[in-house]
Amino acid sequence: MDPLLLIEQTLNGVQFGVLLFLLAAGLTLTFGIMDLVNLAHGSMYMLGAFIGATIILWTGSFIIGLLLAIPLVAGIGILTEVTTLRTLYQRHHLDQVLATFGLILFFNELVQIVWPLDGLTVPFPEFLSFTVPVLPGIDYSVYRLAIIFVGLAVALGLWGLVSKTKLGMLIRAGATDRDMANAIGVNIKLLFTLVYGIGAALAGLAGVLMAPILGANSGMGEQIIIVAFVVIVIGGIGSVKGSFIAALITGLIDTLGRSFLDTILALFVSINTAEAAAPAISSMLIYIFMAAILFFKPSGLFPAHSN
Amino acid sequence: MSFRLLFQSGTHWLGIAVIGLCALIPLYVVVFDEPYYINLFSRLMIWAIAAISLNLILGYGGMISFGHAVYLGIGAYVVGICAYYDINSFYVQFPLAIGIGVLIAFIFGFISIRTRGVYFIMITMALSQMVYFLAISIEEYGSDDGLIIYERSDFSTSLMNLDNSMHRYYLIFAVMVACLYLTYRIINSRFGHVVRGTKSNEQRMEVIGYSTFRYKLVCFIIAGVMCTIAGVLSANVEKFVSPDVMHWTRSGELIFMVVLGGMATLLGPITGALVFWLLSEFLSRLTEHWHLIFGPFLILVVLFSPSGIAGLFKFKKQARG
Repeated sequence: MDPLLLIEQTLNGVQFGVLLFLLAAGLTLTFGIMDLVNLAHGSMYMLGAFIGATIILWTGSFIIGLLLAIPLVAGIGILTEVTTLRTLYQRHHLDQVLATFGLILFFNELVQIVWPLDGLTVPFPEFLSFTVPVLPGIDYSVYRLAIIFVGLAVALGLWGLVSKTKLGMLIRAGATDRDMANAIGVNIKLLFTLVYGIGAALAGLAGVLMAPILGANSGMGEQIIIVAFVVIVIGGIGSVKGSFIAALITGLIDTLGRSFLDTILALFVSINTAEAAAPAISSMLIYIFMAAILFFKPSGLFPAHSN
Repeated sequence: MSFRLLFQSGTHWLGIAVIGLCALIPLYVVVFDEPYYINLFSRLMIWAIAAISLNLILGYGGMISFGHAVYLGIGAYVVGICAYYDINSFYVQFPLAIGIGVLIAFIFGFISIRTRGVYFIMITMALSQMVYFLAISIEEYGSDDGLIIYERSDFSTSLMNLDNSMHRYYLIFAVMVACLYLTYRIINSRFGHVVRGTKSNEQRMEVIGYSTFRYKLVCFIIAGVMCTIAGVLSANVEKFVSPDVMHWTRSGELIFMVVLGGMATLLGPITGALVFWLLSEFLSRLTEHWHLIFGPFLILVVLFSPSGIAGLFKFKKQARG
């Protein structure tokens, strides 16, 4: 195993984990506070990528794209919350998954109408498209490092928001006991809208950040949303801390599994068998990991509702 | 539960009419020479079988499985992979498909039924997605391009030749009716009463001494196998299988069929499958971007008619009375 490659892939894994956290944070907040299973969260990620890409291509500036796309996606998120999601909070989970499934179909089609091409590709922002040596002999993309940095900053900011501010206090109150918080005069409706807006903004941010790497495609949200679900299930639904840790673990397992599983397997079986089996097994690794965690802790690593 | 009560939903005439329609389609096809309808209705009935099986766990058992389409893929892939190695005998393929279906439903059920509520939804979804990615990663069997099946399952008898579309059609029809009968027997058995009791109050069933986990798991496996059989049939209709049949959005469509037809009604899933198909057919002729209408329609059904078409009928009755 090449140690240089190992370090590079570890960084890639952390970057993927951070991206997953941006999505999982919104999901876990909406579930923890509003008790809403929102499949359409991936649509906000997709919209972030498309809107961000479009603005970047128009203006030629990545920063403008990033700064405009986030509030736009948050706005779309809030609009969705006010028109649809709000009516679902008191409903059965089955109603919630079906209705938000309907939202996915709607947004996917909408994206195909507004952007009729197969997808958009965006260049890397110029001021970040170079590599730096992270260790002697290992060059790594500054853009990916920037994503890691942004993700960690968001995690820190979210932690500060939830544990240090008045809004965070209200969020915690709403998560602990919705009815009680309502009774003592917290404007629950407004709070829910705000929380959803924050979640949508984070998903939008993830979308813009990934646009230069993956491009923008209709349906990109559906692929990643399942992995984000795996993350919040492992972390314990409703726990931001849990989803942060689970996101990093999941990102690392997935990335390292894809890069090194064939080498590891080759230690035990013939190289040909290893090369044939590795892609199949590595595509299942995170799900096997999830099943293993749930076997020992059926409510995830940090069950939010139990304490 | 008496036979009369079973059909109290108000959609029973609709359901019976759909079954009658399915039985008579071959006649129409022969008289008016429109073979197109045979495969179309074959597909419809396969969806109906899948929806009937999902209704067993979703409607009667209260388990919101968001990964049920995975068994369609498993059934179809067993036929496809067998055919790939020139094993075409139905008598090998079918038991193999059942065996693998039981095994996978057992493993997935064992992992997911221990958890509750949202966890169950997300885990069934994730596990099915795992199989989807597995199918994509295996290049030998076509990865995401899918696997073409050159030979249909061989019954080794002239009485049942699956290359004959009529034989195929009536086999699927018979399986659908058998699944309905089986569901009817299950939900009225002691086992079925325990499962339905678990849906309405699991704690109560635990307290009066039932190991609800076991009952739910067995129910989950029966439903999985029923859907696996639908997959075996689907491989024989399409002569093709691709990972797409297992994507989680397919499972979402199955749930919608069940909800549309009316959950926990015997004939609801058949009606649901037909209405789902008619709707998608109608809307897709209207516009290429039919999901733009279909998505909000789905939301409206959920918001205003939670018990599907059955609910509409009930509402009318109440309004009249």
